[in-house]
Formats: sequence, structure tokens, C-alpha cells
Amino acid sequence: QKVSVEVLDHLEHLALVDFRDSEGVERLEKAIQFADQLHEVNTDGVEPMDSVLEDRCLYLREDDVTEGNCTKELLENAREKVEEYFVAPPGNIPLPKLEERDTFLQGS
Amino acid sequence: QVSVALKEGRVTPTELCQQCLSLIKSTKFLNAYITVAEETALKQAEASEERYKRGQPLGVLDGIPVAVKDNFNTAGIETTCASNMLRGYISPYNATVVQKLLDQGAVLLGKTNLDEFAMGSGSTDGVFGPVRNPWSYSRQYKEKSVPKSHSEDKESNWVITGGSSGGSAAAVSSFTCFAALGSDTGGSTRNPAAHCGVVGLKPTYGLISRHGLIPLVNSMDVPGILTRCVDDAAVVLGSLAGHDPKDSTTIQDNFKPFELPYLTDVSKLSIGIPKEYHAPELSGEILALWSKAADLFRNAGAKVVEVSLPHTRYSIVCYHVLCTAEVASNMARFDGLEYGHRSGMNESTESMYAATRREGFNDVVRGRILSGNYFLLKQNYEKYFVKAQKVRRLIANDFVKVFQSGVDVLLTPTTLSDAVPYKEFIKEDNRTRSAQNDILTQAANMAGLPAINVPTALSERGLPIGLQFIGRSFQEQQLLTVAKWFEKQVQFPVIQLEEVKRHDHDVFQHEKSASFS
Repeated sequence: QKVSVEVLDHLEHLALVDFRDSEGVERLEKAIQFADQLHEVNTDGVEPMDSVLEDRCLYLREDDVTEGNCTKELLENAREKVEEYFVAPPGNIPLPKLEERDTFLQGS
Repeated sequence: QVSVALKEGRVTPTELCQQCLSLIKSTKFLNAYITVAEETALKQAEASEERYKRGQPLGVLDGIPVAVKDNFNTAGIETTCASNMLRGYISPYNATVVQKLLDQGAVLLGKTNLDEFAMGSGSTDGVFGPVRNPWSYSRQYKEKSVPKSHSEDKESNWVITGGSSGGSAAAVSSFTCFAALGSDTGGSTRNPAAHCGVVGLKPTYGLISRHGLIPLVNSMDVPGILTRCVDDAAVVLGSLAGHDPKDSTTIQDNFKPFELPYLTDVSKLSIGIPKEYHAPELSGEILALWSKAADLFRNAGAKVVEVSLPHTRYSIVCYHVLCTAEVASNMARFDGLEYGHRSGMNESTESMYAATRREGFNDVVRGRILSGNYFLLKQNYEKYFVKAQKVRRLIANDFVKVFQSGVDVLLTPTTLSDAVPYKEFIKEDNRTRSAQNDILTQAANMAGLPAINVPTALSERGLPIGLQFIGRSFQEQQLLTVAKWFEKQVQFPVIQLEEVKRHDHDVFQHEKSASFS
């Protein structure tokens, strides 16, 4: 069961992690093969289950502010910050296309 | 027992704390701890001592040294999840369960080792290295192992702890703490409990708060409890269970802590033996032990019946899809911006994210993220993700049917064999190993049911084998009562470790393993 390079590339974009080498791709293909066993089960008329607690009401609390004001603590763990902002490199720049990227998939 | 000793003043919290800290140092080769919080632990012990002096201990847990798996947030203490992604991350808050333990006066010794992000069944895939099973160094194991040659290094034959809460299990098993927290998503508390000869409890999903537990699979994760005896597990459960407004998946019912009665009459009990748990790979030894256990109940007058959970064999596949899908989502928060590792790459936000994740995650994590994203693709969503959710319902319904038919508790093996040597274990990759080892424990997570591993006997190689009891939703009291009765019947031997003997203290010298309740 081979996965097309387009899908692999798409996955790398979605996940923002890369298939480091052929082993990574093989791992995915084996995972898909493993998951295909699901189709042996007859699930006609069965509703998907999101949560084992579906028969209960989820707890919702009042929309009141009960905590916060912890800017200092939250910023403590960030590497790059300016005043009370997290600093990110320029956005809206798409990841390089497959041909231009330094990824193993180029060879496929 | 230790709690009574503390109350009576036979031992002080600081003495206890120091004993444990020094034992941790002499068992460092086990690699059970990632971070040891020596200073804060001693301070907590001193505060506890003050309370005992005034005759005002906070409860049974006051002064008791505990350890916590390194995927729980602990304020001021590094929380790494055994990953490069969170190295150096100092949590700004305590997970609810950690806070509850501290509020009861427990002394937090440190954070224990695990598989990276709790993904794995051996506690071998974290960045701080694998955890070694204390039983590898026990007299019981050494007596049974035949050295292949004079030059064979005893060191290289050590066995794994199982995972992913291996560090916690090893810590409890080697007497460096009296209780430890783990997490259980596919068996991660029960599996190492079985291999390390300790009690491992997976509570019902929704009973204990997950706030502060770095999530793997939101719909299956639960904090797990590891102790040396069932009574201790009940005590810890009593202090942790209950609704948490910060975790909306905790049920709102009032939880009343309970003490476990000692059953004298099991004739009203109905024990179910699910035939599908007789997996082909199950070792002959464990099969025989399981059978013996069933006989034990039968001879004591309980009703023992064979039952069927037909969809058991699909639980691993189902788990595989649902887990990777949720992982893909849960790992998305690690981008280097607000916390954790950040790559030096600064060309663009996306490339910084990609580089950070490339550097921070190991192969196992990356593999699951990619698989998860695959199953969530529009063209695959119905085929895999929704399909798995449907199968999940079938699995959960299997259990409902069995419990409705009058069975109180199910008895099954916990693992397929005793702990394997590390050298053997690493011959297969993480996913294969997980698929093999989670088979007996996973379904309980799928259905959200409580389950507990009770150490039962030693294998031919001198290593622990445990059996699992699975109970009805939120019926922990019944489950633990049965487990306690069973524990008393089997009289599992105490581990004989040289390191512990050297730290002889009257608290540790008991014919039963030292407990605190």
C-alpha cells in the first residue's frame, strides 16, 4: 500500500513534522495497513462514540472570571518575548514547496 | 503502617524523606527519576513534622513521600515528558492531582521517567534513557538467571519496567516512595505495575481530574495510581477522586472516600473470565496462573463464569487510529512560541514551527502525529476515524452486556509474559511493541472502565506476574474490595534488593511490603 508523494507532502504541511527518511514513510504505510483491519468489523447502524461519558451532562461553569492576571508566569517559559508579547518570526510565508525544501521526499 | 508510625512518632517525616532521598541516590542506576526535588521535599517534610508535633496532621498522607510521573505539571519543578520539546520547561502550576496530594501533606520527592510523551509500553523511548526494572537486581531474579559465560556482564541482562509509567512503577517497587502517580491511556499504569510487582490502579474515566496532565488522548487518559498494596491505592484514590471545575470531563457526582472491608464471604461474587483474553501469544505460565486464580475464587464459593467480549481483538486497531488522531491534535500546541524548545530558525513562523518540532520530538511521536493526520484527512475521516469511533462503541457495549448479565468483576491477565530483557525488547519498534503489549489492558481504556493490576506470583525467571481485575464504571469500591481479597490470598513476595537492605530502617522491615495505610 503506497501513499502518493502528494499526500505525504500534504501531511508534512499539515503536521509540520517531516518524514525524516524512508523509514518514516514505511512506518506510515504499516500504520495504514494495520488500521485497515477495522474494515473487517460490521458497524452498520452503529453510532460513533465520542466519549464514554456521553450519557451525562458536561459540566459547564458560570461565565465568571475566577483567575488570571498571571502574565509574568505565562511569559516566563517563552524564549523570545518583548514586553508582554510572544515574538514570532514573520507569518504568512508558506513553507517552501516540495522541490525547494530540504526533505527526504524529494527523492521519491 | 508508616502513617501510624508517623503519628506515633516512631519515625519523623524528615527522617522518612531523607531515607527515601538517599535510597533514590543509591538506586540511581534504575533511572527511575528524571528530576529529584530534594530541597522542596525536605521543606515539605519539615512542615509535616511541625504538624505532627502539634498533633495536627492533615490526614493519612501527611509526610508520606510520593513521586509523580513527569507528564504532570508541577509548579516550580521541571516537567519534561521525557522529551526534548519540554526540556527546561518549569510549570507555572500544579496539576490538580498534584495539588491534592500536596494539600494532604504528601512530600513530593521528584518526577519519574517515562516513554516520551507517554507513548510506548516499555519506558525505553524517553530522552533520558530507559528505566530499569528493580527486579533485575533482585535476589529472586539473580538466582534464576543462568549466566551464559563468565564474562557476561550482569548489567546487560536487566529487564524493562514496562510502560509508559515505568519510572513510577520502579520507584514504588524499589521503596524510594510510598505511592506514585502514573497515567493510563492504553495500559500505561497497569503494564509497568505488573512487570514491577506493584499495584497499579486505573480509575474510571471521569473520576479523577486530568487538569495539568499533559494530554495524550483526551477521551481515554486517566491519572493512574501505583502503590505497594491495594489498601494504599484506596487511600490515594480517596484523596484524588472527585469533581474538578477545571476539568469538565470529571463527573459531578459526590465522591465519598472509602475504606476497604476485608471480605470473608465471596459467595455472592460473580467473576467473569473473558475468553478472548486467552490471546495466542499469552505465555503458558500466565495462562496457568490465571486459571489458578479462577479456581481460587471458585473454591472460595464465588461464581466463576466464562464470558465473551467479541470485539476485544479490534481494540488495539481502534486505539491505534483514535490515539494517533488525538495525538496529532494534542501535539499541535508544541510550536516553540509560548513554552518549551524553540528552534533557532527564524525565516517564517511556519518554518520555525517545523524546525522546532523536528528538533523536539522523537521518531515515535512524529510517527504518531503523521499517522494521526493521515487518518484525519478529509478523504479518510469517515473511513478511519469515524469507523474507529463506531468500533469503540461496540467494544464498550461488549462490557455493558457482560456486566448486565450479572458479572461483578472480570479477571484477566495484565501482560502476555513477564518482563523481557531490554536487549530483546528493543529488537522491535515502538508501535509493534505497543500493539503487542497493550492487548490485554487497552479495552478498559476504550470503555472507560476501572481496572487494577494485582501482583500475583513470580515467574520461573523470578520476575513478577500480575493479574488484572476490571470493574463496573465508578464501582471502584467493589473492584478494590475484590482485589484486596485476592491480594491477601496470593501473598506476593517482597522484592529482595541489596540496596534496600543496606538502608535498613524499621519502617521497611515488615514481612509484607511496607505500606502507609
